[in-house]
Amino acid sequence: MNARAPKEVVKEASMLKQKEMISGNYAKLASAKEQGRKVVSTFVPGNLNELIMCFDLVNNLPEINAIQNGMRKKTGGYIMEAEKRGHSEDVCTYVKADLGMIAKGNLGPDGHPLPAPDALLLSYTGCFTFMKWFELVREQYKCETLMLHVPYEGDGHATKNMRDYIVKQLKEVIIPGLERVSGVKFDIDRLREILRESAKAESHFVWVLQSAKNKPSPIDAYFGGVYYVGPIFTAFRGTPDATEYYRLLRGEIEQRIANGQGPITPDGEMKEEKYRLVVEGPPNWTSFRDFWKMFYDEGAVVVASTYTKVGGVYDLGFRHDPDHPLESLADYCLGCYTNRNLPSRIDLIEKYVNEYEADGLLINSIKSCNSFSAGQLLILREIERRTGRPAAFIETDLVDPRYFSPANVKNRLESYLQMIEQKRRSGIAPPAAAMPGAAPAAAMQ
Amino acid sequence: MRTFIGIDLGSTTTKAVVMDENSAILGRGITNSRSNYDTATRVAKHEALIDTRFTLFRRGLGAIAFGAGLLEQFLAELERAFRLEQYLEQIGDLERVCGDNAQGERFRDVQGKIRDALAEVFAQLRKDAPALFAKGAKRKSDFFRDIAGSRFMAIGEEVAGRYKFPFDLLLNIYDRSIIEVENRPPADDESGKLLRALDRAIGFMPSLAGQSADVAQAVRASLAIPLEETYVVGTGYGRVTLPFSKEHIRSEILCHGLGAHLMYPETRTVLDIGGQDTKAIQVDAAGIVENFQMNDRCAAGCGRYLGYIADEMNLGLHELGPLAMQATRTVRINSTCTVFAGAELRDRLALGEKREDIIAGLHRAIILRAMSILSRSGGVKDQFTFTGGVAKNEAAVTELRKLIEENYGKVAININPDSIYTGALGAAEFARRAVVH
Repeated sequence: MNARAPKEVVKEASMLKQKEMISGNYAKLASAKEQGRKVVSTFVPGNLNELIMCFDLVNNLPEINAIQNGMRKKTGGYIMEAEKRGHSEDVCTYVKADLGMIAKGNLGPDGHPLPAPDALLLSYTGCFTFMKWFELVREQYKCETLMLHVPYEGDGHATKNMRDYIVKQLKEVIIPGLERVSGVKFDIDRLREILRESAKAESHFVWVLQSAKNKPSPIDAYFGGVYYVGPIFTAFRGTPDATEYYRLLRGEIEQRIANGQGPITPDGEMKEEKYRLVVEGPPNWTSFRDFWKMFYDEGAVVVASTYTKVGGVYDLGFRHDPDHPLESLADYCLGCYTNRNLPSRIDLIEKYVNEYEADGLLINSIKSCNSFSAGQLLILREIERRTGRPAAFIETDLVDPRYFSPANVKNRLESYLQMIEQKRRSGIAPPAAAMPGAAPAAAMQ
Repeated sequence: MRTFIGIDLGSTTTKAVVMDENSAILGRGITNSRSNYDTATRVAKHEALIDTRFTLFRRGLGAIAFGAGLLEQFLAELERAFRLEQYLEQIGDLERVCGDNAQGERFRDVQGKIRDALAEVFAQLRKDAPALFAKGAKRKSDFFRDIAGSRFMAIGEEVAGRYKFPFDLLLNIYDRSIIEVENRPPADDESGKLLRALDRAIGFMPSLAGQSADVAQAVRASLAIPLEETYVVGTGYGRVTLPFSKEHIRSEILCHGLGAHLMYPETRTVLDIGGQDTKAIQVDAAGIVENFQMNDRCAAGCGRYLGYIADEMNLGLHELGPLAMQATRTVRINSTCTVFAGAELRDRLALGEKREDIIAGLHRAIILRAMSILSRSGGVKDQFTFTGGVAKNEAAVTELRKLIEENYGKVAININPDSIYTGALGAAEFARRAVVH
């Protein structure tokens, strides 16, 4: 049971299910025009997937395309193409990967053509670059843009005004716009049904994330986590497929907990959990496997990450609510991780370090994402001060392969892990990781 | 005796430190890394073990009552004699390899001339050798490649001229041969060389007079002490290539932190500017790393940058600092990009700026970048220790002192003459702790 071959790993039912869902959506996009279906492009944070579903629109997510292309090593060429067209080296590399892909024939990550969008739904404005990104895409397609302005939680919380403001925009701009683009009349009861399904998947999802409180953790909440967020952050939230995915995943994780097993990695099951880390910041996608390997080779498992909250901080209790459909969409947009101010981010990370009994915080600072990176050093210092646990800083990029220096990253990561080890030996920090043979803790909710 | 060895495989040089079980440093060795970490490791370790022998000689000779300064004089003589023996051995090796490489189509017409010319060059190299290692002799570098190379060029050009064939032919033979010789692991017969050096040194020192027999005996006795390599720890960029298991490898950040702590126990902040990275490290009272920051993807403003500038200006790396010290003003340089360094330099020269002023500006730019990394790591605390190759550069140090005082006030700044060994020292201590604790 302990020595699973990678071949077997690929056969996990949840992984197959997700693969099928993703390729299904790309197939839908590829055939949308011939099937007469309308396509809407939108972003992950604050996405209105349930609403999009109400209008039978096909959902295209440019960020996900960039990520998928990054993992398939295609973004290097796309970024160069965008730079050739005048975009500077410092621009967000998701944007350049997307524009480069469009310039080079708009073939999706799976090699099939992506359709021209019928509308651009900008449902979250916490990342200012999103707005500029869609401006550039609009220039390309001359299609309708629907913009939902989401106020930033600058004071650390949402107000009734903010919520009302979003609901008003939904009623007056977004819903009429989507009706116009799709030709489908809005049906709030249909939305309620979809939201009910969303909430089911969301509860399973939270269970999955919190399973990392076990020792050893049965999941890696960052490198594995980015797969686990797939369905709920993208075109599947609100579908029975998503609920089924999380049901399968939950079953698999329950089994791993019962067996006292660690996370599954591309090289099979992780043997010994030596370090438990909380990670802030998105991962690097172009060297994703190498990046992950640097962690599991050292026995480092990520027990909580903030990146898996960019599409919703569900573990703080938020669920889509069929009884308050538009209001809960508003709350969702307001509450995603990137819309939270620095103190709230610090509070959340502190909570993770403590509740997940982590050895410390590692920040992966992204060269081309100022939205995430600004203030990260302050976060680091504050977390160190509050928790007394060591933190470290590494620098990579999203999908620009030129900004991933393996020797540099490995050097910093190993230094950090050895630093934790050294502190433990000197008695400064107690070992947070599970001792070999320790019984799994009953930390589940 | 048990020894603990730390090896720091840097991008430019590889360093080794040998330690005894009480954390006393027995020996240090350094060599150029030459992109061949296997050889570099062997050479550095070998050099450190030779240095260890000298420490043992000193201990062994401690029982003898020497006249004032005589012990130091003798040890210096012995070392020079040993270096000469070593050099002559490598010259012999180089001559043989050059002979082998002087074959083939290219050399057919001049084969006889080349053979004679090489014989003449090497005879001259041998003849010049004692002077190179004589008392007070100045050498630009201690690496065989540099010493033999510069002599070979000078003599070879003259000889080729006389024999009437292009010097390029000799140069080509030399280039191919030096790599092979340099990458050859050191020959084993260290005792033999040390004993020959002992005879030579005693011969040079009539002042030892009646004590020479005792001296010879003490040296021989120290030479007979077996050195056990009890535990080796590797660090630095080349560490993963070491044929060591994981337990024998430590991150250079930890090693630098611990090394600096061993040199100066009151150290709380360490700055290391090495060949291709700059590290700022905060350590606690026990030398345990609390925080660190380092340069990201590029090596702008690191040691390699200075090396590149030196090449551009046709200067030795160690000549840059003194040149910068002559500056009357500091030219403002914004880019510390190694790739653009040449362009920046030529641009400033074209504008009529003086070389020393530009070089001073480059030093300031490097230190400004280091200051930014330092502040991100948590600032500069008392005491502050500066390590790495760049710590040997007077102009860089002056600029650093100035900026630290401006930003953090009066802080004790430690720079050890052996600071280049800081990482290896930390690694040796980790090796010792792995066994002794």
